Amino acid sequence: MKELICITCPKGCHLKVDEKTFAVTGNACPRGAVYGENELRNPVRVLTSTVAVLGSGAQRLPVKTDRPIPKGKLFAAMDELNKLRISAPVHVGDVLLPHIAGTDSNLVATKTLL
Amino acid sequence: MDFDVLIIGCGVIGAACAEALAAYDLRLGILEADNDVANGTTKANSAIIHAGYDPAPGTIMARLNVAGNARAEALCRRLDVPFRRIGSLVLALEEADLPTLRTLYERGLANGVPELKLLSREETLALEPNASPEVLGSLYAPSAGIVNPWELCYALAETAVRNGASLMLETPVLGASPIEGGWAVKTPERTITSRFVLNCAGTRADAVARLFGDDSFTILPSKGEYYLLDKSEGTRVGHVIFQCPSKAGKGVLVAPTVHGNLLVGPSADESEPTDTANTARGMALVRSRAVRSVPSIAFRENIRNFAGVRANSDCPDFILGPSKKAPGLINLAGMRSPGLSAAPAVGEEILSILAGQGLALHKKTDVVTTRRRVRFHELSEAEKNEMVERDPRWGRIICRCETVTEGEIVEALHTPIPPRSVNGVKRRVGAGMGRCQGGFCGPRVQEIIARELGLDQTQVLMDWPGTWVLCGRTKGGEQA
Amino acid sequence: MTTHELVIIGGGPAGLAAALSAWEQGVRDILILERDKEAGGILNQCIHNGFGLHRFQEELTGPEYAGRYLDLVGKTGVQIRTDTMVLDLDERRVLHTISPQYGYEAIQAGAVVLAMGCRERTRGAISIPGARCSGIFTAGAAQRFLNIEGYMVGKRVVILGSGDIGLIMARRMTLEGAKVLACVELMPYSGGLNRNIVQCLNDFDIPLYLSHTVTDIRGKDRLAQVVVSQVDETRAPIAGTEMVFDCDTLLLSVGLLPENELSRQAGVVIDRRTNGPVVWENRETSIPGVFACGNVLHVHDLVDYVSAESEAAGRAAAAFLQGKSPEGPELKLEPGFDVGYTVPQHVHKGAGDVEIFFRVRSVRRNTAIRVRDGQTQIARFRREHMAPGEMETIKLPRVLLDRVQGDTLTIEIEEAEA
Repeated sequence: MKELICITCPKGCHLKVDEKTFAVTGNACPRGAVYGENELRNPVRVLTSTVAVLGSGAQRLPVKTDRPIPKGKLFAAMDELNKLRISAPVHVGDVLLPHIAGTDSNLVATKTLL
Repeated sequence: MDFDVLIIGCGVIGAACAEALAAYDLRLGILEADNDVANGTTKANSAIIHAGYDPAPGTIMARLNVAGNARAEALCRRLDVPFRRIGSLVLALEEADLPTLRTLYERGLANGVPELKLLSREETLALEPNASPEVLGSLYAPSAGIVNPWELCYALAETAVRNGASLMLETPVLGASPIEGGWAVKTPERTITSRFVLNCAGTRADAVARLFGDDSFTILPSKGEYYLLDKSEGTRVGHVIFQCPSKAGKGVLVAPTVHGNLLVGPSADESEPTDTANTARGMALVRSRAVRSVPSIAFRENIRNFAGVRANSDCPDFILGPSKKAPGLINLAGMRSPGLSAAPAVGEEILSILAGQGLALHKKTDVVTTRRRVRFHELSEAEKNEMVERDPRWGRIICRCETVTEGEIVEALHTPIPPRSVNGVKRRVGAGMGRCQGGFCGPRVQEIIARELGLDQTQVLMDWPGTWVLCGRTKGGEQA
Repeated sequence: MTTHELVIIGGGPAGLAAALSAWEQGVRDILILERDKEAGGILNQCIHNGFGLHRFQEELTGPEYAGRYLDLVGKTGVQIRTDTMVLDLDERRVLHTISPQYGYEAIQAGAVVLAMGCRERTRGAISIPGARCSGIFTAGAAQRFLNIEGYMVGKRVVILGSGDIGLIMARRMTLEGAKVLACVELMPYSGGLNRNIVQCLNDFDIPLYLSHTVTDIRGKDRLAQVVVSQVDETRAPIAGTEMVFDCDTLLLSVGLLPENELSRQAGVVIDRRTNGPVVWENRETSIPGVFACGNVLHVHDLVDYVSAESEAAGRAAAAFLQGKSPEGPELKLEPGFDVGYTVPQHVHKGAGDVEIFFRVRSVRRNTAIRVRDGQTQIARFRREHMAPGEMETIKLPRVLLDRVQGDTLTIEIEEAEA
């Protein structure tokens, strides 16, 4: 049994999820069951960070993955984006690194720097 | 000889000696172990120019305290140092305190303290409405004042440097040996020779004296802890409020500061010379004692705690004069309270001591005797506009709590003794001294220091050597 | 002296939203004064996501959320003056400002919106004992160094306080290569959102010590160790429970305080409970024509609520400028059992439906919020879960307010039945 705190709503139900059957208990609503199962089958997270940027006066450009990536790939993605050197101008939403860490997510700018 | 006079230690005592001596035709050197002046006891004390009723009559302490008090105002005006003669009250809070007040009063008269007065309960409360309703009477000393102690030290040291003294920072004394007509003083980089050496090393004065073969005194460092409250509490009292020394201990004081805050403390505990840590016990003691004299202090308005170390010694008086064991060494040691109060009189004292030792004193022509610092928030509208027109950086507020502009910070970084740390800037211009304690302006001050001094931001320290702030850049060190 | 119809102090999310809604209501002379180099406020350094689910129905990062508002404001004639500090405000709505571009300037405003935000509580505010070494930062200062300037403040980190900024920084520092050893919380519950406990601490196996606090700080120059102790029910440290962490950095996430120095100067009445101005339902303060919104009014946990509140303040400022002010007898709102405060603190009875914001003082399950008119309960709202870290809201419809007999409404939590 894996124990989790449900984050679907502020109630924060303490879930128990069976690692084999993915059966969820402790949830007060059906969304909790979905959350519990996903967290065990394939937990994913949006990664946010910064990359080095040249030519705008700013030192760093904030970035994110445009969709969640597997939790296990967070540090691999950090290794890739840490090496990036972006030149301004850059616009919010610009793809800076497609398929980061071999995922189907792209690293995009979250701020416009002219 | 490299120097006629070499001063060891640039706290307020060393700086006072330096300022006085630099007006004369002498080769003058100042050694400071730390990376800035005023970084020991001078930056962490009660910031008070005492009236002078405390020391026993006939002592050097009594004489210099009263003389220093008398000179403080003119000195501070000349060097543009904040000073306010707000007066002090010693409260009697129990019957046993009343005879103590009388003793202090008589001692004060013997020491020549002006305008001393014993006040009744009613007179005390009329003067200080937030004093405890249990007060039975008080000793009122109108001549007591409050000062910015570190700015007094900067002003004295800067003036000395302007007049040709050479200040060597991060230069601790490692050893000393007598040479013909003077001393050879060993420092990490080189050996420095001087005819006279002034030992102004504060809490480490005994260690320095021993390097010269003088083991006649021992410093007994004593730590005092403080609370510094927000300006919203700055008018809680209008005078320096002392308690009578009693069975319960020496008592703590409550006083406004020249910056408009409220200072509460200190405790007294044996300590190491550099131990400035706060303790839960010390802080609790300060709180519980302070509310005896001023019950309404709102400690939730606290913005900072700090601790300072007094240079107490095994001698009941200041140790001030030529060493009996090391000819040419002059000790200015054990100058705990009222050391700061005595500081304005120390300059003349050292001149007469050195003259007595045979040092010829010839006044220089063209001596700098004044200093001015622009405090933006004190300027009129027209003056503010004038400053901004001349340099737009005077229109950019960096520290929002204390209204300090980029212009003031840049100016401080180009004074004769430029600060090299975030706290050095804080003490020069007040940036980061307010209620957010540098939470907002810290990163910007760091950036300005690096830019003006040509450093990488990671090299800018919080304060003394070793107090690094940043450990490196992200993204493999890339800088735009 | 120059004049402007509406002057907004602060160009963060509150100021931007207030400006936008005042513009939409027809105010055409709006000036935002921002003290930083750029507008957007603290959102610029909050590069994590989780903003905007209510306001934009999508999950945005802080800079994206600020960017949306800056784009919208950019399409209006609202002027934003950056690098500008308001030094003084008086009760006649005269502002004294300073900037590198315009120097010292006095501005007469028709209406003023206070949107200065908040600041972090510091080590001094909670008097943590220990050495005066370097390496102790508020979480927000460390966040600015990391996210804006691109500097790491340390490599081995302990975090005091489980507020959201502290939790977010635990994840950020970890991702950037630091080791976060522990997050320490004085209270028996976390002050942050569950989502942040899970995704910022649990994801990286960072332990959370509830009912613990830092009892000593050690280090001659740079921080070397912090001592963490368990606390009892009175929050006093328990001897013998000390844990020592070797670390070079201590981040403080111990609460936020509305920044009301200007409001106090102007004579605005401040609520001791919120540390923000006392306001009416339209966010007007005790000074007519001076409004307050966002974190300067009370500390919010979601920027979406800041925007909503600020839009209301902007609309009210516009109405004031157009000579329309709310009327009707005053109803005082009084926080009752386990309610820390309410915003607004008083309402005009004829104002229409009114939304009340507040925080509870303790974690509660399966309880209810009660509204009392004297001894009579006039409304009851069931809640499955409430916590001090989550702002609560109830809506009182106009019909209900019309029926109120007394001059005070008490908002309270129902005591759990035995």
